[in-house]
Amino acid sequence: MSAYCPNCGAPVRFRWSKAVQTVCEYCRSILVRRDVDLSRVGAVGDLPENASPIQLGVEGSYRERPFVVAGRIIYEYERGGWNEWHIVFNDGSSGWLSDAQADYAIYSHVPATGLPPASAVKPGLRCQWNGVVYELTTVTRAHYRGVEGELPFEYWDKEDVLFADFRTRDLRTATIDYSEAQPLLFLGEFTGFGALHLRNVREFEGWPRP
Amino acid sequence: MSAAPPAAPAPAGPKIRSLNCPNCGAPVVVRGFGHTLNVACEHCLAVLDAKDEGVRILQTAQQRERIQPRIPLGARGALRGEVWQAIGFQERTIQVDGIPYSWYEYLLFNPYAGFRYLTEYQGHWNFVRTVNALPEERPGKQPAAVYAGQKFRHFQSAVASTTYIIGEFPWQVRLGDVATVDDYVDPPRMLSKETAGGEFTWSIGEYVSGDEVWKAFQLPGRAPAAQGVYSNQPSPYKGQVGQIWKLAGFALIAWFVLLALVMTLEGNERVFERSYTFSPRSGGEPSLVTDEFELKGRPSSVEVSVNTDLSNNWAYFRFALINAGTGEAYDFGREVSYYFGRDSDGNWTEGGRNDSALIPSVPAGRYYLRVEPEMDPNAAPVYYTLSVTRDVPSYAFFWIALPLLLIPPFFVTIRSAAFEGKRWQESDHAPSRDDD
Repeated sequence: MSAYCPNCGAPVRFRWSKAVQTVCEYCRSILVRRDVDLSRVGAVGDLPENASPIQLGVEGSYRERPFVVAGRIIYEYERGGWNEWHIVFNDGSSGWLSDAQADYAIYSHVPATGLPPASAVKPGLRCQWNGVVYELTTVTRAHYRGVEGELPFEYWDKEDVLFADFRTRDLRTATIDYSEAQPLLFLGEFTGFGALHLRNVREFEGWPRP
Repeated sequence: MSAAPPAAPAPAGPKIRSLNCPNCGAPVVVRGFGHTLNVACEHCLAVLDAKDEGVRILQTAQQRERIQPRIPLGARGALRGEVWQAIGFQERTIQVDGIPYSWYEYLLFNPYAGFRYLTEYQGHWNFVRTVNALPEERPGKQPAAVYAGQKFRHFQSAVASTTYIIGEFPWQVRLGDVATVDDYVDPPRMLSKETAGGEFTWSIGEYVSGDEVWKAFQLPGRAPAAQGVYSNQPSPYKGQVGQIWKLAGFALIAWFVLLALVMTLEGNERVFERSYTFSPRSGGEPSLVTDEFELKGRPSSVEVSVNTDLSNNWAYFRFALINAGTGEAYDFGREVSYYFGRDSDGNWTEGGRNDSALIPSVPAGRYYLRVEPEMDPNAAPVYYTLSVTRDVPSYAFFWIALPLLLIPPFFVTIRSAAFEGKRWQESDHAPSRDDD
């Protein structure tokens, strides 16, 4: 499936048929697919220096499920930045590979009701999802810093966003994203670089690629 | 639409960054790529904002004398399956009873695998990583923390302040930063909780030897010897105590089996038995000679027993076991005395009516006994039975072997307890400190 950028005319390729938003690789226009047409809703400025080894097109697998990295959202807060890489599994479902200072976690969106309101989130709050107790450890007010590639929803006109991060007795984790009118719940699991079996990762000066 | 679009720019990989310290002008290398938030100049120790275009100075506190990290910044080493580069170094200090204790922390970096730490205290090293789970804290008299099914005992809680910084950190770091550190141990692992500014971070460390660190980072010379016993240092006796007691258990079983064998296999052959009466007042022949009896087979032990009817009396028996053929004699004597009575503590007895003598290794042949009883001249007559038994099992070996068997396990147990004592002496749970 291909289309052309309404701004610069360059071809726009989609890695994922269900992508709602993408960024033109040439002119950095943010393109949103409504019905069949692509419309330009904005542009991405210079992306911040990024030390993630992950990039668009990286392939990997998580718990035997192959995936490809299709897009990302970049956030910044007072202690640096992190990336939420949008990954598409080979069954067409989508997930998120979070990379915060080379601390990796895989999340997926889980429909949920009765999430605590933004005003109620503070460390120590306990929630239970799928029979697992999650404890809120960090509330982060982050700044939306940019997007790249394909996303499963429109995401381009954000400013400050609020995240509530939860942890458990094991490596399971959860995040509630308060950037939309309705909070979104993401359940996930921390993992290691090696366990993701990534290919086509970025090269760092002075370091052999794994 | 035949015109080919311009090629997409290839994403350039992150580069190592060099800058000049705005405080002293010395070159500063940033090896942590975009992760590095703060960098402390190795030359003038100023803390710089690595994210700021102008490399703003955040802190220029003049620190005390320089500390030369054992692992130089920039050095790389393969440790526990990954190559790590040392990019940051800090000294942290706690006060215990007014005495400062300092340890060093090396920040290790790999652009793919992320961050790890090496801590160093008087030759003891730990390889540390942050924990993304939330360990369960169990307060109480002996507080503990449980992580991934492993229980760690609380060792020490203290307030640590940062007393020296050089190199890079992916977080805001300043001289004088304070954090509460709670250490829990289950050697060789240590679980730590660091609390600062209302937020906490858990980490897990594993004890590594200085030699392993030296080898990994190819450091010159030899690793300094570790001083004392460290909180999560694995005990050289761990596992040995159980193992040696198990061995001692097997040895005890062997001991019993041997004993049973000896008891059943030894002949224990009665070759002579006869009773006599001795009356000291009758002035009769004080000496008597028994009938001859035969000792057969291999040379073996011979037991001569005397069983009397003494009652609040004593008798002394002088014996000679004489070979009728050669005249060779084995001389020995036995005093038998038996007293009893009743006093304010109740009934009492002293001595016994019977005694025996064991003669080792007597060759076969015909023998007889010469017996000379001796008693108080006014004593009542004594009725006694002499018996001679051949091939009597000797149990002395068993009674000597038994304590010898138990010495090693006791020794290892004591050594192990001493090691643990030294470990916990340094903790908040030292027995002597509870008395304060």
